[in-house]
Amino acid sequence: MYKFTIRDKVYRFNDLKTLLAKASPYRSGDVLAGICAESYEERVAAQIALADVPLKTFLTEAVIPYESDDVTRLIIDSHNDTAFTYINSLTVGEFRDWLLSDEADCGILKTIEAGITPEMAAAVSKLMRNQDLIAVARKCEVVTRFRNTIGLKGHFSTRLQPNHPTDDPKGIAASIIEGLLYGSGDAVIGINPATDSPSTVLNLLTLIDNLRGRFDIPIQSCVLSHITTTLELANKGAPVDLCFQSIGGTEKANKSFGISLDLLEEAYQATLSLNRGTVGKNVMYFETGQGSELSANAHHGVDQQTCEVRAYAVARKFKPLLVNSVVGFIGPEYLYDGKQITRAALEDHFCGKLLGLPMGVDICYTNHAEADQDDMDNLLTLLGVAGCNFIMGIPGSDDIMLNYQSTSFHDALYLRKVLGLRPAPEFEQWLVKQGIVDEKGGLLPVNSSHKLISGIIT
Amino acid sequence: MAEKLIKNDPLISLKEFTAARIAIGRTGTSIPLKESLEFKLAHAHARDAVYSELDIEGLTNSLQAFNLPVLSLHSQAANRHKYLKRPDLGRQLDETSAELLKDHGTGADIAIIIADGLSATAVNENAFSLLKLLMPMFSNEKLRLGSLCLVRQGRVAIGDEIAVGLRAKLSIVLIGERPGLSSADSMGMYLTYNPRPGLTDESRNCISNIRPEGLSYHLAAGKTFYLVQEALKRKLSGVALKDNAGLLD
Repeated sequence: MYKFTIRDKVYRFNDLKTLLAKASPYRSGDVLAGICAESYEERVAAQIALADVPLKTFLTEAVIPYESDDVTRLIIDSHNDTAFTYINSLTVGEFRDWLLSDEADCGILKTIEAGITPEMAAAVSKLMRNQDLIAVARKCEVVTRFRNTIGLKGHFSTRLQPNHPTDDPKGIAASIIEGLLYGSGDAVIGINPATDSPSTVLNLLTLIDNLRGRFDIPIQSCVLSHITTTLELANKGAPVDLCFQSIGGTEKANKSFGISLDLLEEAYQATLSLNRGTVGKNVMYFETGQGSELSANAHHGVDQQTCEVRAYAVARKFKPLLVNSVVGFIGPEYLYDGKQITRAALEDHFCGKLLGLPMGVDICYTNHAEADQDDMDNLLTLLGVAGCNFIMGIPGSDDIMLNYQSTSFHDALYLRKVLGLRPAPEFEQWLVKQGIVDEKGGLLPVNSSHKLISGIIT
Repeated sequence: MAEKLIKNDPLISLKEFTAARIAIGRTGTSIPLKESLEFKLAHAHARDAVYSELDIEGLTNSLQAFNLPVLSLHSQAANRHKYLKRPDLGRQLDETSAELLKDHGTGADIAIIIADGLSATAVNENAFSLLKLLMPMFSNEKLRLGSLCLVRQGRVAIGDEIAVGLRAKLSIVLIGERPGLSSADSMGMYLTYNPRPGLTDESRNCISNIRPEGLSYHLAAGKTFYLVQEALKRKLSGVALKDNAGLLD
């Protein structure tokens, strides 16, 4: 039982799960779940009460019982006591102040990351303003490698997302070429297939692999099919660079995605065994998003932001190359407008980085949400300042297959320009060699006889 | 002056391969105004599609062609505003509709449900054209169809409750998908074997983006028919049922 009194009114919170939910900044998904604070005052009362909870409490009071959920078991069993030593005497509130202090630098944050549980990260984020989330995330550096190096400070990458509504190979290739000529694709060239048919997925994998081989591009590819499809193809020796899967923060949510921790492990090992990385062995690509647990009726009364961070515990187990919070994709019943999407994205990026994950964000919205491109511009700029590892690069920011808006090739160039950010070093060298950018990273005019363009037409 | 600011786009020749917004040029590294305004207009169309309404009368008239009863049903979401914020209400029939369904539980192989989803425009324009190709395939295989159901303010899972009411072995839900900027009229098909309330996405197979400029009616009908046959034969749907049609090895 947790409580706080404001002007003779006693606010009681029965358990940690309730306290976290009531302390969470307002969003439509928690209202839908019926767990949101009922007044502004109750929310702040919960935040004040949460500030006094010792971090140690999170190791003994699980928000979803250990016995009934394998994600809780993963969180508890993989908790690193040694890494926790540095912060084990702090309360959640003290943890917030310490994170913002100059003492908590990149190196120290790295040494404690295995001691932080998702619930601790979620809790502290609820006490932080957007500015705090940005300031602390910016201190973290999470670097991953496959055929290039992603996440170095001062660098900023993009997933080139060349989706096509019928998976037409020429249509997809056209968007890939366009993206490459705009300096996009260093995080991954990742296609969402319109259908999960293994033959289609194989065709697309082969398409990118041929293109990559022909122009010797230091990048990785991924077709974002269900993990069972990828596993089947990997076992047949298909050119699978990265293994993709959407994941959630509860066992039941993962079941709704048709996956289990064992299946993830099997696919992880199968992809590793293909041994296709040249500079590193991070082979997993995960996508998450607040609200997916509630959407699958698998949230156990836990607020959607805490559920989201629990998914990062699942991601962390498999040393991913990329983790992408597809923040605005889920719709207005979970994140209603630009303000809620912005807040959620900054929370996800911060919590993921704190746990040591290579966080990227799909800065996006759907057409039934109260948001537009101005909201995305704001969020893009904030995430650039926060040191986000990667965003999406989509022609004109319009995904014609998934029917939502994300960020364009132009958006990424805007961010690189205003913040002085560079692509992944190996990819930047390739861009210079191809005459796409100059030594300072400026985009060069390209004419239609460029070999990347003539390559697809002939 | 303005003309010269915009860099000519060398990728113009690639535009024929995709409807994606490629080759839009740039000023500095930014999107030129003409393209920026076109984007805004498309967004306006998509926003309008979200608030479009199911054409009950028109669809009912067209569907007469199949000689099956056509039911007009409504979810518990009274209006679009409720629908957007309360997906749970969009998954359940209102009282009147549940009552109406009681007279139609005659048993069937397939229940066909047409719901507005997030774009009534999509099903208004595409549902009948797809069914015109699919229905003869079903009758050739002597598959029995339940009453055709039109649902206002409906989500995919409302098909589960309806299929139980019709006592159908399998459900096909045709529904308006989230409108995209270049596709305010995109229809989805969700197939569920042994549908019943409480199922989640892993129990379903989905074919997306059915419309003349997307996945053609012909291809969509072929894929749907393949999935229906496989689902009935193997008595399952969802992730365990892959669309293996066309896999060479």
